Amino acid sequence: MSKIDIQNLDLFYGPFQALINVNLAIEEKMITALIGPSGCGKSTLLRCLNRMNDLIDGVKITGKVLIDGENIYENGTDLVMLRKKVGMVFQRPNPFPLSIFDNIAYGPRTHGNMNQAELEDIVEKSLRHVELWDILKDKLDYSALNLSLEQQQRLCIARLVAVTPDVMLMDEPCSALDPVATSKIEELMAELKKHYTILIVTHNMQQAARVSDRTGFMLLGKLMEYGETRQVFTTPKEIKTEEYITGRYG
Amino acid sequence: MRRFKEFLIEKIILLNGFACILFVILIFFFLAKDGLTLFKTVSPWHFLFGTLWNPLAEPPQVGILPLFLGSLIVTLGATVISVPLGMACAIFIGEIAPRWIRELLKAGVELLAAIPSIVIGFIGMTMLGPIVKNLFHLPTGLTALTGSLALAFMAIPTIVSIMEDAISSVPRSYKEGSLALGATHWQTIHRVIIPAASSGIVAAVMLGIGRVIGETMAVMMLTGNASVLPKTILEPVRTMTATIAAEMGETVRGSEHYFALFALGLVLFVITFFINLAADAALHQKQK
Repeated sequence: MSKIDIQNLDLFYGPFQALINVNLAIEEKMITALIGPSGCGKSTLLRCLNRMNDLIDGVKITGKVLIDGENIYENGTDLVMLRKKVGMVFQRPNPFPLSIFDNIAYGPRTHGNMNQAELEDIVEKSLRHVELWDILKDKLDYSALNLSLEQQQRLCIARLVAVTPDVMLMDEPCSALDPVATSKIEELMAELKKHYTILIVTHNMQQAARVSDRTGFMLLGKLMEYGETRQVFTTPKEIKTEEYITGRYG
Repeated sequence: MRRFKEFLIEKIILLNGFACILFVILIFFFLAKDGLTLFKTVSPWHFLFGTLWNPLAEPPQVGILPLFLGSLIVTLGATVISVPLGMACAIFIGEIAPRWIRELLKAGVELLAAIPSIVIGFIGMTMLGPIVKNLFHLPTGLTALTGSLALAFMAIPTIVSIMEDAISSVPRSYKEGSLALGATHWQTIHRVIIPAASSGIVAAVMLGIGRVIGETMAVMMLTGNASVLPKTILEPVRTMTATIAAEMGETVRGSEHYFALFALGLVLFVITFFINLAADAALHQKQK
């Protein structure tokens, strides 16, 4: 069974249909990339998986999204548990204006009562996971806003690691970063893949080709093609996919 | 010709800008000149900490401690009432309310700011006074508490509108980041949004206090104006502002009483100056 199974998903922003009958099965502990020109609905699709679209007025969603076999659009779905399980990394690093320690401890603190020793343990583990511990271990009281953008994005990933999700959604996580920082985050993603199912939205096709195992190509709200990354990039089935990855439009 | 026009307009605007500062400085010097004259005959210690205000006695008694404490107790009372109320209102408008309720409330709050203080004063006198009197079985309803309640109403619009601005300007990404980690809306509000807006919230409280401490009309009508050392909030008190307003018209120019009122004004000026300074510092703290 797939980790995430999206069935007949339609999404409307008022009268505008942003997602049209999307069907997609996402495998566990793999990196799945969503590519496509801006406005094609790839971020919208991503935000369906932790129901962040609920925050927007006038959104209507039909269809099913099964995660571990359970439809998250069922009435009575616990959004807190869903978002704990399906975490998100945003386009621009968005650390809270708190200390580094408090940023990482934020999730564990909201989800349960932990004593200081447990929190310190989680913070250390999470920072080690994203290879920030050695750099930051003496600066845990500093404001997270003083870090470089790359470090901020790593911190946001560590903040997510601290709530032990199953799935990580990454919405163009490198678009605010320079090429060196980007390649470092990509290395980190390859490492994270061992523990998490990762979905990444990117407008950078090379990035999708480098990091992902599966690639979905979206256009005007439809999922045009989906398959193994190598196949999608070398022998695309759809002419539109081929035109896009060869840079004919985008 | 065009360049000359440009030059002229630039200088006029510059002049206007400096005029504002000039007026403040002139007012300050005028206050200081007459106010400080008092200390030729009365020691600052007796002025600030004297417990008797009776400038018409012989010799005049001009201890402002009862008036200072009167202002303090009314201001504290108003702050304690208006800050939690204003903060809750600001959070509701900025974070929780659906759009149409938000617009309605914002308009309502602005309307509240537009009510003249004299109107609040006579509504307080006819409605609030009797309620306070009956509720606590007091000989009079004109007490520090009555003044505090009325002033709280006047401070709320200031507090709400500045706090709401601060809360609304918290980046959306903070909110999304918190919700995406599985925090509830309330956890997000009190653990991320309020800390992120804290400097604006402190500034709002400060400006609210500044508004309250300088208010005259309503307090003069509602606090009973007895210049005694207040022991509880349920007694009549007299504030510094009310004293000046009530006595300035009857004093002989150049008398000790006259200078004492100016010195009182100077004290008020210094207090509001520091409150505004604190609010400003809080607002700009974020940009360090």
